[in-house]
Amino acid sequence: MAETVQHWSPQEDLGTPVSPSMETVELTIDGVKVQVPAETSIMRAALSAGIALPKLCATDSLQSFGSCRVCLVEVANRRGLPASCTTPVEPDMVVNTRSERVLRVRRNVVELYISDHPLDCLTCAANGDCELQDVAADVGLRDVRYGIAGENHLDLVPDQSNPYFDFDPSKCIVCSRCVRACEETQGTFALTVSGRGFASKIAASEDVNFFDSECVSCGACVAACPTATLIERDVVERGLPTRTVDTTCAYCGVGCSLRAELQGDEVVRMVPLKTGGANEGHACVKGRFAWGYATHADRVLNPLVRDDPSHPWREVSWDDAIEFAAARLQEIQALHGRGSIGGISSSRCTNEEVWVVQKMVRAAFGNNNIDTCARVCHSPTGYGLKQTFGTSAGTQDFASVGHADAILLIGANPTDAHPVFASRMKRRLREGARLIVADPRRIDLVRSPHVEAALHLPVLPGANVALVNALAHVVVSEGLVDEAFVAERCDTDSFAQWRRFIEQPAHAPEQLEDVTGIPAAALREAARLYAGAGNGAIYYGLGVTEHSQGSTMVMGMANLAMATGNIGRDGVGVNPLRGQNNVQGACDMGSFPHELPGYRHISDSAARADFESAWQVALDPEPGLRIPNMFAGSRAGQFRALYIQGEDVAQSDPDTQHVQAALESLDCLIVQDLFLNETAQFAHVFFPGTSFLEKDGTFTNAERRINRVRPVTEPRTGLSEWQVVCKLATAMGYPMDYPSAADIMEEIAALTPTFAGVSFAKLDRVGSVQWPCPDAESTGTRVMHETRFVRGEGKFMVTEYVPTEERANRRYPLILTTGRILSQYNVGAQTRRTQNSLWHDQDVLEIHEADAELRGIGDGERVFVSSRKGATVLTAHLSDRVPAGVVHTTFHHPESEANVVTTEFSDWATNCPEYKVTAVQVLPSNETPAADTVG
Amino acid sequence: MTQRVFIPDETTACSLGTDAVAKAVKAQLEAHGIDAELVRNGSRGAFHLEPLVEVEDAGQRLVFGPVSPADVPGLFGSGVLPGRDHAACLGRVDEIPFLAGQTRLTFARVGEAAPLDLAAYKASGGGVALERALSISSAQVVQEIETSGLRGRGGAAFPAAIKWQTVLDAPGTEKYIVCNADEGDSGTFADRLLMECDPYQLLEAMAIAGITVGAKLGIIYLRSEYPKAHEVLNAAIAQAQTAALLGDNILGSGTSFDVEVRLGAGSYICGEETAMLESIEGKRGVVRAKPPLPALSGLFGKPTLVHNVLTLAAVTSVLAGGGSHYAAHGTGRSRGTMPFQIGGNVLCGGLVELPFGRPLDSLLNEFAGGSFSGRAFKAVQVGGPLGAYLAANDWQMPLDYEAFAAAGAMIGHGGVVAFDDTVDMAEQAEFAMRFCAIESCGKCTPCRIGSKRGEELIQRIRLEEANDGDLQVLDELLEAMELGSLCALGGLTPMPVRSILKSFPGALKAARIEASQVR
Repeated sequence: MAETVQHWSPQEDLGTPVSPSMETVELTIDGVKVQVPAETSIMRAALSAGIALPKLCATDSLQSFGSCRVCLVEVANRRGLPASCTTPVEPDMVVNTRSERVLRVRRNVVELYISDHPLDCLTCAANGDCELQDVAADVGLRDVRYGIAGENHLDLVPDQSNPYFDFDPSKCIVCSRCVRACEETQGTFALTVSGRGFASKIAASEDVNFFDSECVSCGACVAACPTATLIERDVVERGLPTRTVDTTCAYCGVGCSLRAELQGDEVVRMVPLKTGGANEGHACVKGRFAWGYATHADRVLNPLVRDDPSHPWREVSWDDAIEFAAARLQEIQALHGRGSIGGISSSRCTNEEVWVVQKMVRAAFGNNNIDTCARVCHSPTGYGLKQTFGTSAGTQDFASVGHADAILLIGANPTDAHPVFASRMKRRLREGARLIVADPRRIDLVRSPHVEAALHLPVLPGANVALVNALAHVVVSEGLVDEAFVAERCDTDSFAQWRRFIEQPAHAPEQLEDVTGIPAAALREAARLYAGAGNGAIYYGLGVTEHSQGSTMVMGMANLAMATGNIGRDGVGVNPLRGQNNVQGACDMGSFPHELPGYRHISDSAARADFESAWQVALDPEPGLRIPNMFAGSRAGQFRALYIQGEDVAQSDPDTQHVQAALESLDCLIVQDLFLNETAQFAHVFFPGTSFLEKDGTFTNAERRINRVRPVTEPRTGLSEWQVVCKLATAMGYPMDYPSAADIMEEIAALTPTFAGVSFAKLDRVGSVQWPCPDAESTGTRVMHETRFVRGEGKFMVTEYVPTEERANRRYPLILTTGRILSQYNVGAQTRRTQNSLWHDQDVLEIHEADAELRGIGDGERVFVSSRKGATVLTAHLSDRVPAGVVHTTFHHPESEANVVTTEFSDWATNCPEYKVTAVQVLPSNETPAADTVG
Repeated sequence: MTQRVFIPDETTACSLGTDAVAKAVKAQLEAHGIDAELVRNGSRGAFHLEPLVEVEDAGQRLVFGPVSPADVPGLFGSGVLPGRDHAACLGRVDEIPFLAGQTRLTFARVGEAAPLDLAAYKASGGGVALERALSISSAQVVQEIETSGLRGRGGAAFPAAIKWQTVLDAPGTEKYIVCNADEGDSGTFADRLLMECDPYQLLEAMAIAGITVGAKLGIIYLRSEYPKAHEVLNAAIAQAQTAALLGDNILGSGTSFDVEVRLGAGSYICGEETAMLESIEGKRGVVRAKPPLPALSGLFGKPTLVHNVLTLAAVTSVLAGGGSHYAAHGTGRSRGTMPFQIGGNVLCGGLVELPFGRPLDSLLNEFAGGSFSGRAFKAVQVGGPLGAYLAANDWQMPLDYEAFAAAGAMIGHGGVVAFDDTVDMAEQAEFAMRFCAIESCGKCTPCRIGSKRGEELIQRIRLEEANDGDLQVLDELLEAMELGSLCALGGLTPMPVRSILKSFPGALKAARIEASQVR
């Protein structure tokens, strides 16, 4: 718990955005000398000097608009009453914010507002959090002299179609903040003002209800609304919050800073924090609204044990559960050896929780059988970027995209999977940056309101490396190499070798057309655009990594960026969009069987010595088992016990039948999770986990930003997860204990050079830090490799294209690829337990009309999807978003069993599974559709 | 020399029957074997004489009008063209007092020839201004405009040279010329008359503007209610391109400039320059806050020279005749000529181009010839629906921007609408608010809600239901609209209301006082 209570109040709002100008202007406002950057509005100048000004249409997250006319001021030697929000300061300007005339006009304007507003302040949900109320008080309005007989909008009917917020047009003051937030902040353009003059009103899409409109429920409009017109349903039902806790979202790798607004320990609403480095005041439907799972009835709050998974669970005390687990693990080690047990850490947990898990495995289990769920998503990123640049992390901060001129987006679908970053990207695209989308599917960014990709390269699943080689071939053969950058910054021997390789005619786009499925002319244009635009930035997702050549592709992109000089400054870089909130952190914290924290190899005796000395234990110098090896070992009888923290491998890992067989073979499976997940069916011990609302610690997002996670309440299970791990290690004979999570970070900092300057105290002071943060003075590193690569010289790697063995054939003629959808998250454990399922209540199979017609499949019909590994039944959705020959599904719902069909193939370097390519057959099924799964 | 008969093909003239007259004339010419060419010219804007038929004989243009189809046999039935001695002949064009009394610079060519007759355009001095502009520097062009004293004719009367200089000086290579042809003020038609009858003049002026400030594209934002102007402009643009008045190599200079026409969608507010820019960009027609000025950040955020049709057209006079020649007309800071448009309850309505400085009364009596109803004039609204209503004691006021401003009135776009003594000024006051309520874009509060409340308040006053304090409320509302509105629509709506309160005492007060006396 935070030491001092942070009382609720609205976040600071200086009315208009900060001016980027470096020049300073001095002016006089109400007799006070004020210095602000040039181009600052009079409003912001006044508010930042502590001079109050009423405002309604202005908010500092949006460009000034000038519609409400309550911020009028007098400026000496100027006619009329300029609006302070739209009038920039000028040197020696003299402003009077409170002349008699100004006050009278303001009061008359507010009187007009109130003449068309319900007089129900006392029973209004926004009572106490309403800017109209504040402004009416400010101007001293005492009477509405127009009476109540005039035309008004008081009879307009509220729209309660959205599960999370209400829209009550009778309270609307038509300030357009919602419309502008939808455009400027979110970039969806779902809202507009319909009608004109007095008939103006806010409309979603073409005047349909919010739920049926294009609205993506990000909540930006709700946050922007100054009245109760757009307001969270929870606030309507429960009233305003009394205190706040600033924390970090636990969904995707964007890592939005959120402010939990509370009554007591209960969240009333979650709002994006304007000072959040990753999100700067924006959020999405998941972070903003889908936190109700934390108090869902399915939560397990007490430890459970059973002797055999066929037995019913027994609820026991923590001590009993830990004793039970420790005894089993020790017994197994005694019988089958030290290496017969292992653990999997979670990218959903905090750095501190992950740290203690890997420490427990190395120190208490006495082996290196530690792996993490990042294995199945971004392990190739770590490998590929380390080989080429020297650091297993993305090169930029998110804000960098605001400087990009050409954006190459490969195998990522940010508007669904990383929505808050997508909003940044869309803003930049609206400013004129060009976008190249390389994806088999026509994702929304290819064409959506006010965004259109310059090029869509519909690369065939599995052909990424051929694509990147062809791009590089064009760069090299058309003289687009940044020779100066390469000569100065890169390893020239490796470049020469790479150049000889990539120059080969076999890599020409024309030669690879059949492999990539991309017309050579388009591919050449893409290469020229990326190389020649000025700042070329690469963003990518799991569509790059989850392939048999995932690591090769990451290196291929790194080669491309180095060859074109697109590294080491704002607007460029190679940027993974991480799937989970703490993928980066889980990797940083040494969750790999071959690497200690900070990516130091376990065979590095100097590194090992540091840990041995700190932990007072001898470490095994041999790498341990990766997850697939653990499963194989289990089926072979050598690997007997597994501790899994926060990962539902039975649903999320590929080739479900194989995974289930492996789990069934274990003598002891310990699962730590919020819910009895699919994996828990096979478990002997269940440790109830904590939601992010109960966690104290840090998450590290995709831009290496270390954000604080602060508890709004004590762990509902009675123990923090790191405490459970420490108790288990202690019970196994290796004492582990920390007074608090902050002390774990102290140990992390002491043993991890890139974290050396990180502490909770610093994070609390500065908000967040992007590692490397090597010392106490450092506030982190926004952009990496600015003057030299972390590994010294950038290293080019030869990237031979090797087709996957998973190929379409006569029996399985279609290629299945998987992805995410906006409202759901991964295996859905959380989002399925919220109203987000109203948007997406089942996984559907997107299939091209031609493929469907060939098979007699109609839209909405159930289909039987089979691979050489297994089969499942899904509902077909006919779509031309996928090309013929490719089908696509999500994997959010366990009953879909999407991973029953995926295969054992994986990345050659890291074993990251090849989720994105599975040869399947799709045939009509006579099974009835699955019931809705809202709950 | 071929004999010619001229019958206007222009919206007002057509609405008064020129098409039928033309058909009848054609039939007569054919029936009687008269060797004369029938030319559909533009209208001279003397609408009380339309359908106006001109017969050219030996270089003289004789006027007949108004002519109905039934009159046509009487004119042509003799087998020869009617002459000066024909009973219906009104004399030569320059003998018609309505026309002879004008000083036509901008409208000099209007009605002379077929609007798309490029040869006639050139023969009457068309293209001279463009050639001159190409032969001097941009700075010299702007200097000529400054010398001319030309101010914006759309209503705001802003000095044109300052705008030109601002756009010229604005950094960037992408700039635009936007011609505001969304002529929406009630009682105005000068833009339309010019575009329909002398389209090349506007195109030439836009080319001059483009060449001067460095724009490559000009856009004419035309209200959709002007289909004939749309047709004429598009045809004129095509011909001007063929003749290299527009295009990639204007008059062989190597300079390029082109013009496109964009149609509005029926919104009055899109005549406001920033709402017009939004509309051209494909957005809702909503007013933008200023700054930034359109001259620096206008269409698509680029420096944009926005002018009304008449302002641009005047530039050809300025360049061809020289700035000082233009400035020789007018008075005070109101230099040059202004095309006034007389309408409402008048005997002779139409376009009257006069140098600034003549009294308003000359329009009413000298040109309009009194009221149509024969009753006494009571009020004249000058400057469109947002202009002041002027009572008789103001009619000697000179037509001059500053004199009007000092009287709480405005010249605006030059619309002059006269009312006889049956007009209910309280109803006009209510109409001012209602007009604003109907046409408001809805962005700013004083206009969106204020106009509605103003309409209701004046209604209450008219229905004798008002409270004693309501005139005070009205006064404060007018102040809030004047000072608080984002653009001139809300900001100027109080002008007609205030003018009624000032110049027609009792119009609004009487009802209230009577009402309180009843109680």
